[in-house]
Amino acid sequence: MPLGANKVALYGASADTGSAVLLSTATASSSASISFTLPTAYKQVKFGFYELNPATDNVQFQFQTSIDGGSNYNVTLTSTFFTAWHNENDSNQALSYTTASDQAQGTSYQTLFWSLGGDADECGGGELQLFNPASTTYVKHYTSRMSGMGDSPMAMDLFSAGYFNDASNDLTNISFKMSSGNIATGTIKMWGIK
Amino acid sequence: MSDWKLLNTSTASGASSVEFTDLTGYKIFKFVFIDVNPATDSTNFQMEGSTGSFGVTKTTTAFSAYHYESDSGAALGYEAGHDLAQSTSPQPLSGSVGNGADECAAGELHLFNPSSTTYVKNFYSKLNLYGSDNHTGNWFIAGYFNTTSAVSAVRFSMSSGNMDAVIKQYGLVAS
Repeated sequence: MPLGANKVALYGASADTGSAVLLSTATASSSASISFTLPTAYKQVKFGFYELNPATDNVQFQFQTSIDGGSNYNVTLTSTFFTAWHNENDSNQALSYTTASDQAQGTSYQTLFWSLGGDADECGGGELQLFNPASTTYVKHYTSRMSGMGDSPMAMDLFSAGYFNDASNDLTNISFKMSSGNIATGTIKMWGIK
Repeated sequence: MSDWKLLNTSTASGASSVEFTDLTGYKIFKFVFIDVNPATDSTNFQMEGSTGSFGVTKTTTAFSAYHYESDSGAALGYEAGHDLAQSTSPQPLSGSVGNGADECAAGELHLFNPSSTTYVKNFYSKLNLYGSDNHTGNWFIAGYFNTTSAVSAVRFSMSSGNMDAVIKQYGLVAS
């Protein structure tokens, strides 16, 4: 039965410290990319994206990871992607799988936001969660949800998830960029979750 | 984000299930699942609640997005085989997880005000898995325990066989 060594004996909400530790904040200013060294002490690492505005209109905001200290960002991954969107002029709205933004054992940068608007008031935000990136036993899962103002213009709600299909090597670094052009402005924060 | 309080961490090794038996003191609980690796191939990671005994009536929704490593298929759709309609069965939180040495699932579950004796208890979850047939699956489950009794415990297990996993419990908003 499920008890014994695997039953969690709980004693109420005695731990009164926050579980998230802010590890790093990067502010983009016409940046070609933003990268972070991944922590090894946390089984969950979260990234928050705030007011990401691309220099080039209608581009994808993307990420990849490295297993060699940031020399190469090309870890094999398989991913899913789906999107809900609605045009401001009410001409189109849908929820659908987005084949163009997934990967099957690909090594390219993974899209988190497609068709991001680059006008002065347009931006996107959201979060990305990495599970146990320091594992040398299992594949490394991620989940993300972004929202913002897409080119057209339209409201967008974007979901991606998948795994880095490398069980042997820990993920050492992570890189974010636009598919074309710079990140004009925006902030990315990295937390380690206890 | 910093208001989540880590309450407990359970590291399961060859466990038939993991229970969390205190759902008081917070109005929202979050459970995070890391490196869930089943002993039996192609089994679902699942959840059950207790109001004194497990088997609380639930009504739920389920949908997923999947994509094969071979690129042979990818889609988003409702998962009628994984939802419940006034059922006391365990609620799957995922589809079929692979049991290969490097295969696992990860994700989280939010449970709202389980101590309420007025309302049903809502929950939603999001997990990503490495499927037994080499695909990634992003699973979304939501629903409610259809009881006005307090849900006092939750239990996580595979639909068959044992599991390795790290499961963390957090609380938000002191009641």
